[in-house]
Amino acid sequence: MSTRIPLPYSGKVIKLFRNPKNLGRMENATVYATAGSPACGDMITLYLRIEDGKILNATFESYGCAANIAAASVLTEMIKGKKVEEAWKITWRKISDELGGLPSIKYHCGILAVGSLRRAIRKYYGDKRPSWLPKETTSEEKLALKEEELIKRFLKRSKKELNEKHF
Amino acid sequence: MKKVDGAESLLQAHGKPEKEVYFDNGNSGWVPPEVVEAMLPYFNKYGYGHPSITNRPGWEAYEAIYEASEQIKKSIGAEFPEEINFTHNFTEANNLAITGTALANKTKGKEIIISEIEHYSVMFPCEELQRKGFKLIKIPVDKEGFVDLDKLSSAVNKNTLLVSIMAVNHEIGTIEPLKEIVEIVKDKNPETIFHTDASDAYTKTPLNVKRTGVDLLTLSSHKIHGPRGAGALYVKKGVEVEKIIYGSLSSQPLWPGVENVPAIMGFSKASSLAFKKFKEYNKYLENLRDKLIKGILEEVPDTLLNGPLGNKRVSDNANISFLRVEGEAVTVELSLHGIYVSSGSACTSRVLEPSHVLLAIGRKYEEAHGSVLFKLMRFHKREDIEYTLKVIPKSIKRLRKISAIKS
Repeated sequence: MSTRIPLPYSGKVIKLFRNPKNLGRMENATVYATAGSPACGDMITLYLRIEDGKILNATFESYGCAANIAAASVLTEMIKGKKVEEAWKITWRKISDELGGLPSIKYHCGILAVGSLRRAIRKYYGDKRPSWLPKETTSEEKLALKEEELIKRFLKRSKKELNEKHF
Repeated sequence: MKKVDGAESLLQAHGKPEKEVYFDNGNSGWVPPEVVEAMLPYFNKYGYGHPSITNRPGWEAYEAIYEASEQIKKSIGAEFPEEINFTHNFTEANNLAITGTALANKTKGKEIIISEIEHYSVMFPCEELQRKGFKLIKIPVDKEGFVDLDKLSSAVNKNTLLVSIMAVNHEIGTIEPLKEIVEIVKDKNPETIFHTDASDAYTKTPLNVKRTGVDLLTLSSHKIHGPRGAGALYVKKGVEVEKIIYGSLSSQPLWPGVENVPAIMGFSKASSLAFKKFKEYNKYLENLRDKLIKGILEEVPDTLLNGPLGNKRVSDNANISFLRVEGEAVTVELSLHGIYVSSGSACTSRVLEPSHVLLAIGRKYEEAHGSVLFKLMRFHKREDIEYTLKVIPKSIKRLRKISAIKS
């Protein structure tokens, strides 16, 4: 596996990986959303308890690398107690900063975390979109979608290859 | 290589585990003290000169390299020491074998055949040649990683210049039937040159260049508990290979640049130590391997063994997919417990796709993402395996609790 390069993480990533905060499914969640997929190798499900436009509680589940687990965990910490409108403004860069810096190849972990949050927020409001919520999909949402689409294309291609090999 | 801020804080947060078991010898080697001892004089006491210059330390270095090539030659049943070409690692040796052979033998044809599960240091130079006008055919493998011999046979023709098929797969440990493969190729076209990357087979399976009939064979120092910084390419006398890098003189006609004499001496020492008790070591490794594989498959639900079982699998390889967890997270989790492994997950690489070897044997993406490679060493004790088997079920359970994919 010689082109597989392990990456240096900050101490905070390791600490959160070892002891993730706000882990697990939330039974009384107002809304939840998932970004990523098993085939991508990373997938975050975010559970939110929202009351009066405020996030009272946030928990997560993450299938993915150490950075993915840490990114999801730190995001729940960042949004707890925040107004939904404020939480919407969190970018993947803020997640990376909060984690003490992610290596560039792990930026997509932050993107996936933000992607799951924004998906949950859109789902929460449904048709009743408040004025601060942009109609157009934002860059993080687009990037999360792009990763999901890309892997679907890979899967289609490998299925075709497998058929050709008569597995 | 960019240094990411906080690498020190990472090591601090990680801590130094009390017990450590190193299972990553395929990626970088653990070198026993005897081998280090054998290297030390060549830094400043003896043979520290340039082997191609006419002075005493140079001649000592020349003599040392000659002795090393005798040892390597003997270990693979080659005839002449000059058939052993030292490079600085096996990636270089594979590149030389592929590109150097293709360039020197263009008139024999323009088709190259490899398997789908070759190491990147074979696959990528072949793909580069394909971009430059050569035809490349990749032969598929079955679910255990064995090359499809019928497809191989029908692919070889009068234009086949080079076939390169590995002796043992580096990720899943499949021992390819090398002798049979060479026969199939030479039957169809005796002119075709046959290369094998034997980096993961050397000192683990019998390799005899005469018996198998290979023309070129790649070896690696770090995979046999020698130091990093040495590799070798066996080139059968009479087979034409062209230089692919250029520079100043060297005792190695195909690989310019000053030889890494201490590393070559360590390589040679590691080789002679491994062959001293070849059968005993491999029997021991097989026992540890089977104990580890059996233990994991029995103790951890939803696991898959990648590659074959029994004597068709190389003695030092165990590769297991843990479903619903991601391999990189497993490497980090186990590292926190002092168990050092690698993974074929996409997350440990710079691409989105997981290991090409695991996809080639028909593993799904999510199965490949959860794969973990354990490379056993003859220096491991039974307690090391027992400790590993104690940690793994707990670690996988913890990660599955975090996971967004539930059973």
